[in-house]
Amino acid sequence: MARASRPLRTFALRLGGAVFVLWAVATLTFFAIHLVPGDPAQAILGGPGSQASQEALDRVRADYGLDQPLLAQYAAMLGRLVTGDLGTSYSLKTPVAAVIGGQLVGTLTLALLALVVAWALAIGLALWSTAPGRTARAVSGAVELTAAALPHFWLATVLIAVFSTGLGWLPPVANGAASGLVLPVITLAVPLAGFLAQLMREHLLDALEQPFTVSALARGETGAGIRLRHALRHAAIPAVHLSGWAVGYLISGAVVVETIFARPGLGRTLLRATELRDVPVVMGVVLVVAVVYVVLTVVTDVVAGVADPRLRRGGSTA
Amino acid sequence: MTGTTQAAPAPTDAPVADVLAIEGLRVTFGDGGAPVEAVRGIDLRVGRGEVVALVGESGSGKSVTARAALGLAGAGARVQAERFELDGSDVRRATPRQWRRLRGAKAGLVLQDALVSLDPLRPIGREIGDALRLHLGLRPAAARARVLGLLELVGMPHPALTIDRRSGELSGGMRQRALIASALALDPPLVIADEPTTALDVGVQVRVLGLLAEAAARGAGVLLISHDLAVVSRIADRVVVLADGVVVEAGPTGEVLASPRHPRTRELIAAVPTDVPRGVPLLGAPATAGPSQPAAAPAVRPPAPTGAPPVVEARGLVKAFTVGGSTTVAVDDVDLRLERGRTLGLVGESGSGKTTVARLLLALTRPDAGTVRLDGDAWSELPERARRPQRRRIGAIWQDPFGSFDPRWGVERLLRDAIAAGGGAPGSAAVADLLDQVHLSPDLAARHPLDLSGGQRQRVAIARALAARPDVLICDEPVSALDVTVQARVLDLLDELQREHGLALLVISHDLGVVRHMSDELAVMRHGRILEQGPAERVFDAPEHEYTAALIRDSPRLAVGPDARRDPADR
Repeated sequence: MARASRPLRTFALRLGGAVFVLWAVATLTFFAIHLVPGDPAQAILGGPGSQASQEALDRVRADYGLDQPLLAQYAAMLGRLVTGDLGTSYSLKTPVAAVIGGQLVGTLTLALLALVVAWALAIGLALWSTAPGRTARAVSGAVELTAAALPHFWLATVLIAVFSTGLGWLPPVANGAASGLVLPVITLAVPLAGFLAQLMREHLLDALEQPFTVSALARGETGAGIRLRHALRHAAIPAVHLSGWAVGYLISGAVVVETIFARPGLGRTLLRATELRDVPVVMGVVLVVAVVYVVLTVVTDVVAGVADPRLRRGGSTA
Repeated sequence: MTGTTQAAPAPTDAPVADVLAIEGLRVTFGDGGAPVEAVRGIDLRVGRGEVVALVGESGSGKSVTARAALGLAGAGARVQAERFELDGSDVRRATPRQWRRLRGAKAGLVLQDALVSLDPLRPIGREIGDALRLHLGLRPAAARARVLGLLELVGMPHPALTIDRRSGELSGGMRQRALIASALALDPPLVIADEPTTALDVGVQVRVLGLLAEAAARGAGVLLISHDLAVVSRIADRVVVLADGVVVEAGPTGEVLASPRHPRTRELIAAVPTDVPRGVPLLGAPATAGPSQPAAAPAVRPPAPTGAPPVVEARGLVKAFTVGGSTTVAVDDVDLRLERGRTLGLVGESGSGKTTVARLLLALTRPDAGTVRLDGDAWSELPERARRPQRRRIGAIWQDPFGSFDPRWGVERLLRDAIAAGGGAPGSAAVADLLDQVHLSPDLAARHPLDLSGGQRQRVAIARALAARPDVLICDEPVSALDVTVQARVLDLLDELQREHGLALLVISHDLGVVRHMSDELAVMRHGRILEQGPAERVFDAPEHEYTAALIRDSPRLAVGPDARRDPADR
């Protein structure tokens, strides 16, 4: 009996956890945005420069429920969210779902491509840094550390200066073609790659010290075979666990990168909505990012379970 | 160089073809400042079909020698030899690529059983199949058929099922079989086994040694490395004793055991506790005197006090654990009594419930049924708040003392904390006194457990347990992580402390030799139940239960006599 209900219970716990996370995110965002000075009614009427009449402001406040106490506004927002209604943008006057829907694909493409590139770079760096020879170790260690420390805005500026302005190989702004994606993806991927490579290197070195490495060498396995067949898998597991977090990091990085490369996407939408105090859009973007984050955490758990079968059995040993 | 090497010529009628021939092997670690010579001129040869045991304490250079024989001494090691032949070919100038072709094909390696001696993320079939893929270029399907055959050869139960299991899903014995299968995959002329039976139950030990003896019977040369002379003497034709990187004695097993010439060999022999009577120190004065004169006569044991309640009394203990929907009864209706100044030995294989009994007596685990009484008063039923002031009266020593030390504390702080917990005055004098009791120098107070040897750590653990002036000491596998000689010194120490303080001891071990040497009373445990219990001599000399008899038969003892080699597979 206990056996049959176990996956179901796990699923229910997961779902409950996800709902809790979304509620917490919505609540924090709601109150945080009300700490920002400014009048949402102004925003609805076209921003501070619009010279709206007091009459118009009062009407808008009544229409949008902005004259209600804060807690009543909070309850009304939760009620709308539960029914799946993200509301209407103050500034664009279009449904928030449509606004986000148009931007989501671009940003997710950017983030996921950056994740793939970061993994590829990190694996390469980590393997290089554990290769025999002191030079490789020292140089790659320095590269990892530098890469992990690079800020997105600086990297983006340098990449544009070198590859667009200088060499003219790649466009400095998004142009809809694949070539426009290269620099933004690299900007996002490099710091993450440095971080993942440091993590992987530590676990690679640990795996190379383990008795199974000696067993494999004694079988006649090559140095490369040890790394690829044995050690890399051990090193990948912690990095997989961190990849859900990494996508969250990439989406927040997208705010900077999309702005610099003038690329449409969630990041830019979020930035503009915050400037304009467009509460429904900010809330919508934050919630969608939270959903993406929750989903990816589940996905990384499943992937980690495939890579490490011990996790699937609850870690019991003989 | 080393004087005694190969004093005895091989006692065979025809010259044996050597699969490993080493002369003047030197292995040096580190360069520049202070290079460390781990191996200082060793001669070693292993013939076809011969089992050679390389024996010595940890740090004697035996594992380094074994690794060097596979070209795996490590990146920082410098290996030199006057002669170094593996299956007839000189490997002194072998390139990494040439070494790779030799490893697995010409020499296989069996490591100590551990979850990670095989890659825990890969099925054992893939691990074993790797040798076939690397050297024969077999496709997965063809390799799988060969691997099934190998698993059958090493007596793996249900090969078709276990081939897809990972090391974490197998028992210690099955893992060791898989490791041997991987070493034998290409039928190499040389098999090197580095502590292949350490940490295994005695019954499994015998079977693992049997597999290695079978490999030798099929014509392989086996180099068997161990700190335990008793274990290897079961199957070894010749014994080579190492100390400090030098061969101190070598010869046919029977001769070395019957008439050891070097003090270090005599120490290794004396350290085997199996047939040493209760109360006789295993090693006399440490190291120097040598154990050839078995020290003082057995001390007079205090008779079992009559009338007074036992210090610890357990009645009808039951404890079950539920994991993933299935319930296991770890302890099933166990009765035990610990008397002042006496030792109860509790012996059983891993998984028999010994440690759960220890935790129940310490009231770290709440029993499902039954009670534990301390000096006739309630103990297991007390609420933790009422029990805490009494806790100092029962001390505990565990197998891995390192895991039970706060890694940030030095020895002095560990001991001061324990003294304070026992209500004493935690001064430097008290710390020095404790260290003196366990025969450690007071200088050690300033050290960190990380910098101590295994034996020193266990002594610090004992000192910590004594700090609270307990009446009872629960020792759960107190010596199973230690070399035999270190083990012997720790056992002698426990014995001495018991006599001085009148401690009641519970010694838990899978090693019947250890338990018997230490115990007045003996309890044999299996599947959570006590199979039999009684005076140690009676249980040992006339076991009532077949299982006890098997444990006694399998426990490592020195096979002294002209026919030193006995076939362990023949049981």
